[in-house]
Amino acid sequence: MNSVFSNKGTIAVFVLPTLILFCGIVLIPIFVSSYYSLLDWNGVGRGTFIGLDNYVEMFKDTRVLNSIKNSLLFAGASVFIQLPISLVLALILASNVKGEGFYRTVYFIPVLISTVVIAQLWSKIYNADYGLLNVLLQNIGLAHWAQDWLGQKHTALAASFIPTLWQYVGYHMLLMYAGAKSVSQDVLEAARMDGASRIRTAWSIMIPLMKPILKVSLVFSVIGAFKVFDLIYVLTGGGPFYTTEVPSTLMYATIFDTFRYGYGSAISVFIIVECLVCTILINSLFKTE
Amino acid sequence: MSTVEVMLQKKPKPRSISGPIGKVFLQAFLILVAIVQIYPLIWLALFSLKDNSEIFSGDVAGLPKSFLWSNYTKAMSDGHVLTYFMNSVLVTAASIVLVLILSSMTGYAITRMNWKLSGFTMTLILLGMMVPIHAALLPLFIILKNLSLLNSYWSLIIPYVAFGIPMAVFILGSFFKGIPREMEESAVIDGCGIYRTFFSIILPLVTPAISTVAIFTFLSCWNELMFAVTFINNTAYQTLTVGMMSMVGTYITQWGIIGAGLMITTVPTVVIYLLLNKQVQKSMIAGAIKG
Repeated sequence: MNSVFSNKGTIAVFVLPTLILFCGIVLIPIFVSSYYSLLDWNGVGRGTFIGLDNYVEMFKDTRVLNSIKNSLLFAGASVFIQLPISLVLALILASNVKGEGFYRTVYFIPVLISTVVIAQLWSKIYNADYGLLNVLLQNIGLAHWAQDWLGQKHTALAASFIPTLWQYVGYHMLLMYAGAKSVSQDVLEAARMDGASRIRTAWSIMIPLMKPILKVSLVFSVIGAFKVFDLIYVLTGGGPFYTTEVPSTLMYATIFDTFRYGYGSAISVFIIVECLVCTILINSLFKTE
Repeated sequence: MSTVEVMLQKKPKPRSISGPIGKVFLQAFLILVAIVQIYPLIWLALFSLKDNSEIFSGDVAGLPKSFLWSNYTKAMSDGHVLTYFMNSVLVTAASIVLVLILSSMTGYAITRMNWKLSGFTMTLILLGMMVPIHAALLPLFIILKNLSLLNSYWSLIIPYVAFGIPMAVFILGSFFKGIPREMEESAVIDGCGIYRTFFSIILPLVTPAISTVAIFTFLSCWNELMFAVTFINNTAYQTLTVGMMSMVGTYITQWGIIGAGLMITTVPTVVIYLLLNKQVQKSMIAGAIKG
């Protein structure tokens, strides 16, 4: 019996192909990226080793700092706008409202659509001349609000955030809904008998009990904001005047447009570190509370 | 009947909100949100059937005067959407099959077989879930270039499979853990080898996990852009996401054709979702719970 389940040959057949592929394509390239980030290299020939110079330059480069600021704004907007909306929707749907399944299904549809499609669709919605948004504003008598939403410095970033909000609100709603549904009915029953109102029950019982799933949502939305690429790349390409640029699009442009392989790698290492630090931070925050 | 029993019977189900007015208000709110979530897609479907003069005449929101299906045929033939579509199908299908084969075998070996490094291997693979794909972009580009794999299906399939493995191993592994030992013991006593036990006894038991992984892999491969745009610039191998970008460049002012292309990209996913919506929602939750 044991010999069958600890046969080295079988284990090798089951594990080695995966392990080789995983190490070669995922694990090793990350270390290679960290190494590239220490080089001054344009992709031709061998790079020169310059130590941490790329990182020093990065934290002085206003374009990098601006992209980090934008991704922080994205993260902030996700946490303080998207998650509360998702939470409210989840709590309503989880409270045995009519049409629960239907709404859950409908709200979730945008999650499944390719970000490229969503970016194209929203660029049409925002179009200055024929876009849905401006036409809508004209029809409700707010024609003076109509403008080129993506083309102007002061509206571009907010306008690029809305499609992400729209796309992922259903996802966080679904996670929180699952969390809310797993709260034991007995606890809610007890709260009701004690005379707690709906809102009170949600605030003092549901939300604390949903903490594990809220943590997952928080991690996902913050990391998602740091990683955002497709949407910005297709929607604005970082423009106008870098007002919507984020670290990932800047990394892409640095590597493939200006061929600064080392500097671009330093930005990509920054993105990994940013994501890891945030995950650890959120995890520890939720533990100590 | 005691008072406790009466109270319990009175409220068999939690009420949704107090009073009929509250109910109406709540439904109105939920419907409004549903419209916001769905209307942009309906609008896309509508303008995909219009011509320029109709779109740019100012009536962008109305129904098309006549349904211009020729936008779809133009997008498919002149816009190469059919090629992109077939490429996406091929790359996605191959990735799903490979992810399933590799991760089910590995997940099984890690959770059900006895060897010293199983815990370490699991930790190593799970690390992959925390890594953003951006980090590997440039090294992968250089590896694929050196292997002369750029501009081939493999340049997408290999990374998609590698990056799909961590979550797949996690999900399948946690399902394998739940299978009682007796299943394997009796199979082995009855004379099954390990391969036979795995393929004909164990795998059929975890079909829900397999479909979860398949759905997950489908969505991430079908919608992926960063690798697809970097590793492929030959139209013959482009997938839908990249192809859509070049198509938009070509038909920049012809919204109808672009809309048709976007619809062709979107409809398969939405149809699959509507057919399997319970399973899809479960998969998305399962993918998140891993933390």
